[in-house]
Amino acid sequence: MSGYLQQLLAGTVVTIELASVSLLIAFVLGLIGAAAKLSSNRWLAIAGSAYTTLIRAVPDLVLMLLLYYSVQNWVNAITDLLGQPQIDIDPFLAGVSVLGFIYGAYFTETIRGAVKAVPPGQLEAAAAFGLNRWQVFSRILFPQMMRFALPGISNNWQVILKATALVSIINLHEVIYAAEAAIKGSSWPGGAHVLFYLLIVALLYLLLTIVSNFVFVHLEKRYAAGFERMAR
Amino acid sequence: MIDLIKQYWQPFLWGSPNHISGLAMTLWLTIASCVMGFGFALPLSVARAAGPSWLRRSIWVFTFLFRGTPLYVQLLIVYSAIYGLDFVRNTPGLGSFFKDALNCTILAFTVNTCAYTTELLAGAVKATPRGEVEAARSLGLAGINLYLRIVLPSALRRALPAYSNEVILMLHATTLASTATVPDILKVARDANADYYLPFPAFGIAAILYACLSVTFISLFRKAEQKWLKHLSTT
Repeated sequence: MSGYLQQLLAGTVVTIELASVSLLIAFVLGLIGAAAKLSSNRWLAIAGSAYTTLIRAVPDLVLMLLLYYSVQNWVNAITDLLGQPQIDIDPFLAGVSVLGFIYGAYFTETIRGAVKAVPPGQLEAAAAFGLNRWQVFSRILFPQMMRFALPGISNNWQVILKATALVSIINLHEVIYAAEAAIKGSSWPGGAHVLFYLLIVALLYLLLTIVSNFVFVHLEKRYAAGFERMAR
Repeated sequence: MIDLIKQYWQPFLWGSPNHISGLAMTLWLTIASCVMGFGFALPLSVARAAGPSWLRRSIWVFTFLFRGTPLYVQLLIVYSAIYGLDFVRNTPGLGSFFKDALNCTILAFTVNTCAYTTELLAGAVKATPRGEVEAARSLGLAGINLYLRIVLPSALRRALPAYSNEVILMLHATTLASTATVPDILKVARDANADYYLPFPAFGIAAILYACLSVTFISLFRKAEQKWLKHLSTT
């Protein structure tokens, strides 16, 4: 049993890695998407809207299966055409790119709203002081935008964390996969082993939720420095 | 691809005499769990917002447990862990209930959406302007009447945009039913993919169907908002 528990912990580490890397990809895609949606170029704005609308209208599990199996199929077709041996897509890479791509659409909306909440006068003042575009973004827009974006980011992070549970369906060895292996390998009187291992998984997810709540409360305080808190 | 569509358009959309279609199953899962979840969430949210502190705290524990863990894990617990227990399997009523995948999924989905809806409605109840409650009290309304006539109608209106979000999320979450062998749209798509090994059309059709459902639900909620939130419209 201790061997299985070790595997569960290893699976939890994979879950955390998966969620963190996906968050990073989704955040970068969200910045790009928000820039596109807010851009004065019409085609970029249309492309941004198409991305957020289409992705958010379709369930993440459907997109995950669609992309995972289709991309593998296309890779196979290309390797067949070139007469090369089959390349299997790494499940971790597939998992983070699919999750990042899907939640990038949600981040686009979060970041777009936050950028619009920064008073435009701030950006004009920065430009008037002679800051270049990168400096305006990194010193004025980004730090202030983060204050408005953090509640949405924290929400998206919790959703991504829980969405990693779906990746076990595409054979990634995260915590649920480990639990299923443990369940297959054991047989307790009364059949309690299934409940036992699944409850441990639930507990691990709860712990992750609690820890990330603490982190986000801290971050929100940090980015709200200099602002009075509204009365509760 | 044409063969796939020819063979599978019926399971996707209309079903056959012995099987209901994926579309109907997805709609049934969404509506059944949302209606029941809402029904349970309504009293729970009032208790969560205005009940005695022990009750408020225990409802918070319930919503925290179900919002802090993935729905997939909850579904696995209901579908495989509970039925895996020998005493459940050997108790006649429980055994036959948990043996049925559809019962298990609807139970898991209902409890999950109930937890989210409870928090959402409790937030709306807490945000009731003090003046509204004072005005109602001064007119002699108290207890259940105060809630039924003043607080809830106003809170439910305020919660409508957030609740429409929750329903869309629930629609998307019903795809998990396919992992428990319930024949919803995604299960039909997975069967079609297994038959033809054409993932793009199989899952693509499913994606289009889900997108259409999402758009339909969103426009229905927008109509509801126009009706019940008319006083807030700017135009």
